Amino acid sequence: MRTFEYAPALESRSIVTIGSEYGHFINGSFTKGRNHFPTLDPSTEEILSQIALGSVDEVDAAVDSARVAYESIWSKMSGRDRGKYLYRIARIMQERAREFAVLESLDNGKPIRESRDVDVPLAAAHFFYHAGWADKLDYAGLGDSPHPHGVAGQIIPWNFPLLMLSWKIAPALAAGNTVVLKPAETTSLTALLFAQVCQQAELPAGVVNIVTGNGQTGAALVNHPGIDKIAFTGSTEVGKAIARAIAPTSIKATLELGGKAANIVFDDAPIDECVEGIVNGIFFNQGHVCCAGSRLLLQENIADEVLAKLKVRMAKIRVGNPLDKNTDLGAINSQEQLNKIHELSNAGDAEGAERWSPECELPGRGYWFRPTIFTGVTQAHRIAQEEIFGPVLSVFTFRTPDEAIEKANNTPYGLSAGIWSEKGSKILWASQKLKAGVIWANTFNKFDPASPFGGYKESGWGREGGRHGLMAYLRGSEVGVENE
Amino acid sequence: MSERLEVRKTYKLYINGAFPRSESGRTYELRSEDGSFIANPCLASRKDLRDAVTAARAAQSGWANATAYNRGQILYRIAEMMDGRIDQFAREISLLDGISRKEAEMEVRAATDRWVWYAGWSDKLGAIAGATNPVSGPFYNFTIPEPLGVVGAIAPERKSLLGLIDAIAPVILSGNTVVALASTRAPLPAITLAEVIATSDLPKGVCNILTGKRGELAPWFASHMDIDGLDITGVEEPSLIAEIKVSGAQNLKRIHSFEGHPSPQRILAFMESKTIWHPIGV
Repeated sequence: MRTFEYAPALESRSIVTIGSEYGHFINGSFTKGRNHFPTLDPSTEEILSQIALGSVDEVDAAVDSARVAYESIWSKMSGRDRGKYLYRIARIMQERAREFAVLESLDNGKPIRESRDVDVPLAAAHFFYHAGWADKLDYAGLGDSPHPHGVAGQIIPWNFPLLMLSWKIAPALAAGNTVVLKPAETTSLTALLFAQVCQQAELPAGVVNIVTGNGQTGAALVNHPGIDKIAFTGSTEVGKAIARAIAPTSIKATLELGGKAANIVFDDAPIDECVEGIVNGIFFNQGHVCCAGSRLLLQENIADEVLAKLKVRMAKIRVGNPLDKNTDLGAINSQEQLNKIHELSNAGDAEGAERWSPECELPGRGYWFRPTIFTGVTQAHRIAQEEIFGPVLSVFTFRTPDEAIEKANNTPYGLSAGIWSEKGSKILWASQKLKAGVIWANTFNKFDPASPFGGYKESGWGREGGRHGLMAYLRGSEVGVENE
Repeated sequence: MSERLEVRKTYKLYINGAFPRSESGRTYELRSEDGSFIANPCLASRKDLRDAVTAARAAQSGWANATAYNRGQILYRIAEMMDGRIDQFAREISLLDGISRKEAEMEVRAATDRWVWYAGWSDKLGAIAGATNPVSGPFYNFTIPEPLGVVGAIAPERKSLLGLIDAIAPVILSGNTVVALASTRAPLPAITLAEVIATSDLPKGVCNILTGKRGELAPWFASHMDIDGLDITGVEEPSLIAEIKVSGAQNLKRIHSFEGHPSPQRILAFMESKTIWHPIGV
């Protein structure tokens, strides 16, 4: 059969202007920054800019600024006006959407198709959604006149830099908190562009502060005595360290941590749709997704058919330049992450699972990993238990629905799960049995600001999105009981 | 004629629907303010706690799968039976808390009414804490509250009955199972409550009650990897609270402490929200 080659369709990077060096965004303006470290384009290893390494003093200044803004302005402002600022931010993000998308793909390595169609529109939508909550907090579910916590310390990961920023900042501000946000070490640029959006929106100084840096900067924020609320998205290991760090305090924390989601395919599933869903589940965003469908559970009698079709489909995944609009799978975000993916994949080989990847050329420079599946995986293998956070899928089989549920729940995580079946009652039965906060049935990796997101068990505390997510940024005035 | 000699009660633990003594063989002595002997309740051990958690885990999915209406009726029946034991509860509370019989009776009535209030919540949680979410796309998306699993509850020293009911009822009504530690100073109403529960239709293992020392048992509650949530309302020492939270972080236990009026938030604190997506189309 004759096939056509794709011609490159590069998105222009001329829309973004990247400074040679950045400071922090504190009290409404950019500081100079003292020590700096480079941020790379992971697809080329080109140094994009120098990012300031936040120190304890700078975290201090940011928290002070957030405190002053909270006491003097933001907690006194009407919900209506807070909402108007959030609407402004949402609108400016939409206006500058292309700029954000290109910058995100450059700094993170994700395909422009995803940053343009998923990350940036969803980030703007989060601000728009929460803007409307700001003057309706009495209906958040905590009774009349709930209170914000005060100053929120927020730490976000590198996999969805701008989207995670919006998941954190939008509900915090809508509820009346002010924030100090620390972006991930390798992906600070869109957060710093967001700081410019705050300036354009004329958001009062100090309501949003952004301190860039590494894990030590994050630890300084978590341990700061001026913080009233912590929100963290990242690894379970760091999440537990945060839980321990705040143990002597009464600080509330929201933790969105790791996952090892089961994507279960029953033998009555629509096979072609489900193959698309499997690909989307594990190869979306290079598998750098905490809720990725990284464990594929196939009912035994259809396993061969699904795997054959999956391999045909995987051979068509286009790996390469993130700014090429045809690219499906971009670059791995960092050398460190690439090493981790190699380590766990090698463990898969060593423990006896069988590795398969399609033939595909990888660029010479940058951090790359082929889309990969492992078959013959057992429950005890490391690749069955540990989060790989890369484009690597572990495949299992099952005979009965009960066995599928037992295998799916056999993990300390509980963030998400997928179910593929044409039978409604089976979907609802499996949904009930799965210990996971988000269940995608006949779909996968869907996100929306109106939809609560978050995990059971060691996948974290609390929810983000929807009314449930908003509540995490509020303290209630409790309802009485008649017999009291 | 001589006065009738009282038939005294042996106060034991309540685990998996039975009343065992502590496997450790340990007890502690309770005396009233005037120094007279009251009872030798059990001093539960770490092994007793583990047995109780095993029972609670085994009972959890069955209890969660009972209909909300059914759970509500079973809990309401417990209140019916508590009402029939007002005298017994009041005698124990008045003896141990050093308050008058009348005051003690008021606490028992309040506790029973509180139990009734909680029982009625079982089939309303989905309505107040669930949602259908209007997502931007052709998907039906809804959120439901679900029980967390096995919850440990350390009841307060004061308000020995009311505090225990606040520790147990909001946890189990949603489909969780509980291992509760009663007031160390005043454990007798807790064991009487266990007798009420044992003769109700609550499946064995759903509610387990231990008596013992909180300083000794609380860290074991915190470090137990099969306990999903922990109510530490009854722990007051800041250093012990911090120790519990540090230890509980190992499996990210949901750890809460409550004050003020009861509220549905106390129930929802030990529930998870599950959000389900499905495409809409023909």
